[in-house]
Amino acid sequence: MLLIKNGRVLDPASQTDAALDVLIEGERIAETGRAISAPPAEVLDASSLVVAPGFIDLHCHLREPGDEPSENIETGTRAAARGGFTAVCPMPNTRPVNDNASVTRAMVERAQAVGSVRVWPVGAASAGSKGEALAEIAAMKQAGIVAVSDDGRPISTAKLLRQVMDYCRSLDLPVIDHCEDASLAAGAVMREGRQSVRLGLRGMPAATEAIAVARDIQLAELTGCRLHIAHLSTRASLELVRAAKYRGLPVTCEVTPHHFTLTDEDVAYDTRFKMNPPLGSRDDRNALLEGLADGTVDAIATDHAPHQPASKDVEFDRAPFGIIGFETAFALGLELVHAQLIGLKRLVELFTAGPARVLGLTRRIAAGEPADLTLFSADHPWTFRAEESASRSRNTPFDGRSFRGAPMVTLVGGRIAFRR
Amino acid sequence: MLGIEPLSAEQINFVLDQSKSFQEIQRHPLKKLATLRGKTVALAFFEASTRTRISFSTAAARLGADTMNLQAEASSLRKGESLLDTVRTLDAMKPDCIVMRHSASGAADFVARRLDIPVINAGDGTHEHPTQALLDALTIRDRRGSLEGLHVTILGDILHSRVARSNIHLLGKLGCRFTLCGPAMWVPRELECLGPPVRRVARIEEALEDANVIFVLRVQQERLHEPALPFEEYILLYQLTPERLRRARPDALVLHPGPMIRGLEIDPAVADGPQSCVLEQVTNGLAVRMALLFLLIGTVPPDSGDSRDAAD
Repeated sequence: MLLIKNGRVLDPASQTDAALDVLIEGERIAETGRAISAPPAEVLDASSLVVAPGFIDLHCHLREPGDEPSENIETGTRAAARGGFTAVCPMPNTRPVNDNASVTRAMVERAQAVGSVRVWPVGAASAGSKGEALAEIAAMKQAGIVAVSDDGRPISTAKLLRQVMDYCRSLDLPVIDHCEDASLAAGAVMREGRQSVRLGLRGMPAATEAIAVARDIQLAELTGCRLHIAHLSTRASLELVRAAKYRGLPVTCEVTPHHFTLTDEDVAYDTRFKMNPPLGSRDDRNALLEGLADGTVDAIATDHAPHQPASKDVEFDRAPFGIIGFETAFALGLELVHAQLIGLKRLVELFTAGPARVLGLTRRIAAGEPADLTLFSADHPWTFRAEESASRSRNTPFDGRSFRGAPMVTLVGGRIAFRR
Repeated sequence: MLGIEPLSAEQINFVLDQSKSFQEIQRHPLKKLATLRGKTVALAFFEASTRTRISFSTAAARLGADTMNLQAEASSLRKGESLLDTVRTLDAMKPDCIVMRHSASGAADFVARRLDIPVINAGDGTHEHPTQALLDALTIRDRRGSLEGLHVTILGDILHSRVARSNIHLLGKLGCRFTLCGPAMWVPRELECLGPPVRRVARIEEALEDANVIFVLRVQQERLHEPALPFEEYILLYQLTPERLRRARPDALVLHPGPMIRGLEIDPAVADGPQSCVLEQVTNGLAVRMALLFLLIGTVPPDSGDSRDAAD
């Protein structure tokens, strides 16, 4: 038994914001209430901390199997726990691709053996993510996938995506799409704009994303399948999603901390600022902030993408896309709260109830629910040092950044996965 | 020397003034100095180049320096070695500076951040080519006396041109204003944000009105990943012909960074005409590069702190 005392329970799903104690028995929450006394329980003092449902990351890369020098399930989930996440959704672009049940099972079993947090894999939409034929989606669902996506190699033909969406509707799985027009993105290493022209780097226009978002929304309407737009990064895309939601279509979207924090003006030739979608304009960033505040955005997702140091220590053109993000995501979100751009409850929703809803789950702090909880401080001062990260990789533009507020304790199934 | 953008007008004028004295040497019967005797200049050309490489190696030779040559064709890059490992290997042979050309924008910046010796950017991707801009400025200044207030027209593929970018930064800092003209996909609106006063004009006839200086850029087929404009279209709309040149000021100068394709971007009559500065540009390239090598690795005066540290 574990008793969390004196915390402020903040649970957007049940509209709770109150000083409550939480009693945990085994893997589940036994009771919530004022001044619970349970003498035999171990007591965790949560004074000055917020007790929130466990954070869920809809979008990450754990690199196992296939690229273990960059990350593995053990190190990746340890970093996730440090970031307050209790469940993470690794994308299927592993080697081999997670396009069949045996790969899914191997990931799930590995996570149960060495993982610090829950691992909910995303399966490939097409076999080998080649965009030619459907993957074994139903078998993967039985093995534990929570969504499908060809992240990183987005499906280029509307015809195949339509088939995937028809099929996933019958399986009640959301389809996550990395929206990108491949012909406009080809060869580009950053966003097209003043900065790409100044640096002489090849840019992709903002329309690269919105063209695919518009197509996908049409297919969501055609098929009725739940569509989730990954790492949305432009104003035009956000406006398309807002309009789709207004019309009642089953469309959701996520935004990453780096896209709501940085812009293409931060890009020089430092490969730690190279990711896909690339950092957008100031106007795009402002649009994302509006979407985070007004509810258009459903979730904050990290797109944690580790790359071993040697692969990033190259010319900008040659470096792989992506940055690590588990350990800084929530603190970057708190920056928005401190700047009074969004409220604390809304931020917690973007890390908990929002992503749960995308996956068709509910997550509440209530008796009988899994004891997945994140205890955070909104004020704790700290500085992120990439060299101290639990990840095997160091590719982050936020090395050395000082923050106010951080996850302090991460509980997964009643077990302490991380304690600062 | 990674690019013109971070330099001030004073710094640019200082290099141009230093270059004047090295112009004299090109006219002497005996051209070799001993200024950099014992120094070594590494020439690391990861992208094919003939004229810039020869210009730098001749500049080094005329200053008495030795050169080490790395050429892409023969290098270990073909065997999969990273740029960082290659330049660290070069650095371990203890050159005094590295002159570097590379097809990736920012490559010289990347290397300079990781080595302790000076790096001279001899062209990085579609970013900058600072020594070309310096030699162009020297050429114009020689003919005009001053750069202040000149109207400079640049014709061609400006988006993919490191020569155009460096020249806009350099001549802009020295008081020139620009008209850019070329196929619309090569002259994006964002070029107006580089800093200096820039206007974009679609028709070459309009772009040449009132021009004091005209830069004709090479049509860079190797930099285009997609089908380029058909040559015939380019010639029809943008070739600098004697008729079109008449719209510019009568004393307008015509510059071209080379290599030139006669009959494509420029009519042979213009290339060989009295307004063409093409061969002066080449000669001035030597002077500018000698001046830079001298400034970067010439012996430090004995009274400076640096030399005392070195003696310890």
